[in-house]
Amino acid sequence: MAQLYDRYSSIVYSVALRVLGDTGAAEDVLQEVFIQLWRNPGLFDSSRGNLAAWLSVIARNRAIDALRKRRPESEIDDIVISVEPDLAGDAERARAMEKVRGTMGVMPSAQRSALEMAYFEGLTHTEIAAKTGEPLGTVKTRIRAGLLQLRKAFQT
Amino acid sequence: MSVHDQFGEDLALLALGSLQGDERAAVEQHLAGCPSCRRELEQLRGDMSLLALSTAGPKPPARAKERLMSAIANQPRAQRSESPPVPWWAVLGWAAAAAMIIMVALLWQQNQTLEQHVANLSAELKQQQAELANAREVVATLTRPDAVVTVVTANTRPQPQGKAFYLRDQARLVFIASNLPQLPPQKAYELWLIPANGKAPVPAGVFKPDVRGSAAVINPPLPVGVEPKAFAMTIEPEQGSSTPTMPIVMVGAGE
Repeated sequence: MAQLYDRYSSIVYSVALRVLGDTGAAEDVLQEVFIQLWRNPGLFDSSRGNLAAWLSVIARNRAIDALRKRRPESEIDDIVISVEPDLAGDAERARAMEKVRGTMGVMPSAQRSALEMAYFEGLTHTEIAAKTGEPLGTVKTRIRAGLLQLRKAFQT
Repeated sequence: MSVHDQFGEDLALLALGSLQGDERAAVEQHLAGCPSCRRELEQLRGDMSLLALSTAGPKPPARAKERLMSAIANQPRAQRSESPPVPWWAVLGWAAAAAMIIMVALLWQQNQTLEQHVANLSAELKQQQAELANAREVVATLTRPDAVVTVVTANTRPQPQGKAFYLRDQARLVFIASNLPQLPPQKAYELWLIPANGKAPVPAGVFKPDVRGSAAVINPPLPVGVEPKAFAMTIEPEQGSSTPTMPIVMVGAGE
């Protein structure tokens, strides 16, 4: 457990911190995610994706739940993730990080901000459309296109 | 792309958790029956997880680790769904236990069968012993030199005949008859021991002849020590009478 923590706590913590903007609250999410993993190690299906990706998704969802002050909505055990890059090693993680940042950097700003609002702020497409004054369909298309662009960056 | 394109955007929104209400229900319903869309959803979650890397960098404070470690020290841990590999020798114990249970079940079943068998045999033996004792008594009555043998005859033809073998001191009686006339319905023959001391005739068995007119009375209940003057037969109601109904159809005195 200590080993897993050393390897992945930074990802979990930084996602929670980015979402919540508060170190104490981010620490609570960090705590909660690792305790869940400790109590139910079977929840994470190691054959279906890597642990870093799984933890980051769980951490993000929990942080959004905390941000919106709602009860945890997503059942942890129905999150199945399929992801290309292996993020177990520090070096791989560093490389992947560079790639993600590069991809985000070259995205059209409207697309990047739609993606970030959805991911880090937990806004629904309807809320994003209302906030930006853009048509709902455009927001939906941007979000999906943004995700596919990230995928493409790792397929080359 | 094999994904159903009309669901592509909704799947992205579902991965991010922004899809609500009817839209969400519609997509989830579709997912239940569409493996390729499920696969796409898993991929979109993977893509989404990459976004976390864009913000990676800050490390949690050191106290967070201590807090976690002390928290999990007090947490019960669920069973892993993938259980760790079981060493081969650990299986032996379970196999032995299972074999033992099967063995016990088989032995119990066998024991039940044997018990049943013994009970059957013992019942059979009892019956045979009773039959043998009965047969011995009959033979003894017939062969004892002190047996009073009385021939009971009638004057019609073919001539009915009966023979009574009587042991007074043991109150044993074997009576064998042949050529007896058939009886009206609800009637039976009754044999009477007529005491020598002039007392009332003692009932000595109610019987019906077979189709050929043969009949036997073996060891009817009789008081001990009655000296016979004669044996007689009357026709009585099926259930028998306590005093003879006249006329006497056959009678015979001791030889």
